[in-house]
Amino acid sequence: MHFPISGADISPIYLVVVGFLIGVMGGFFGVGGSFIAGPALRAAGLDWNFAVGTDLAHIVGKSVVAAKRHRALGNVDLRLGLIMALGTIGGAEVGAQLIEFLKHSGNVNSVVSIVSIAIYVSISTFMIWESWKTLRLQRRKAAGMKVPGARSSREDESSFQVVTQSIQKFRLAPMISLPASGVKSISIWIIVLVSFIGGLFSGFLGGGAGYIRMPMLVYVVGIPTHLAVGTDLFEIIISASYGTFSHAIKGNVDIMIALVMNTGAAIGAQIGAIATQYFAGPKIRLAFVPLPLVGAAIVIYTMTTGHKL
Amino acid sequence: MAVTEQPRKGRAEASHTFRALLVELPIYGLLVVAYFFLVLHFLTDWLGDLHAKHTTLYSLVSIGLVIGQAVVLEWVTTLLLRLFRGRSE
Repeated sequence: MHFPISGADISPIYLVVVGFLIGVMGGFFGVGGSFIAGPALRAAGLDWNFAVGTDLAHIVGKSVVAAKRHRALGNVDLRLGLIMALGTIGGAEVGAQLIEFLKHSGNVNSVVSIVSIAIYVSISTFMIWESWKTLRLQRRKAAGMKVPGARSSREDESSFQVVTQSIQKFRLAPMISLPASGVKSISIWIIVLVSFIGGLFSGFLGGGAGYIRMPMLVYVVGIPTHLAVGTDLFEIIISASYGTFSHAIKGNVDIMIALVMNTGAAIGAQIGAIATQYFAGPKIRLAFVPLPLVGAAIVIYTMTTGHKL
Repeated sequence: MAVTEQPRKGRAEASHTFRALLVELPIYGLLVVAYFFLVLHFLTDWLGDLHAKHTTLYSLVSIGLVIGQAVVLEWVTTLLLRLFRGRSE
């Protein structure tokens, strides 16, 4: 199928399948899936600037579906999501300007490839260490107090909790409480900083940057994994919409490709969101680990061989 | 007894959901193919023109289309899931 806006020829079946897989992952992990979608679009023949912009547009649609389902499951903290949107929009604009700068200097593809590989590998390494440590800790505790069939809040604890607690002690006004997420008091600046960093990656590498925001919500802000997944998706709708607008103005969005991908993502996102009910927090985080690595592998393959799938 | 009932119930529910999905996917596929030909085919030229001449309008229309499509598809998938899950139970 020919897409005249980007000038690319891509099979619609390929786009629907990629959309479906990203939809399942997005609904389950609360991520936009750009670590797969960006490289998959790049591998299909799109330049990085189009891959980044188009991926953002696709993520808006997919996140609407997944966030709606998570809201029904009680996994969305609207207050936190709305505050985060402010920081994300600022960060997304800075990221989009960086892309624009690199596009004009002619090295957008190589710089974004190298940065994305470094980020994806770092996130996976950290999460595998933390989840494995937490699960080991839980197994030790469970040996002493076993409750068959019960799923306590203890299952969502993190071995990084000490650091999270010290971050929450940072008391720069205004302080707010997040009752829906179980956070009694936290500086609004921590939330803004977390969302700004997420937005920066979103504008620079594409997607909703859930691959960095979801872990930060758990480890820095200290909210349960299920809520981090749902709230992240809700926030992604706002930030990715802004990112899409910003990239579309710069000519980086092929909306036809995004619409085709979304037909697969709509059903995948629902399946992924429903599946979160059957898994505890650390297991969701551990299962998340291979995803950024797959993204990194695709980027390395495209960089080293120059071959487009 | 209760301990063995629980996993059995879970397996039955998972089996129902899986069967519902197997029925739903081809129907959803047909709807999507029809959508490709009826909607996307006619939008291509218009959107290409907008992208080339009116970037701001193109940006707004893009967001509107992607959200609109998501809402409609969510409605269709929820309806199909409910329909087939209901029938399989």
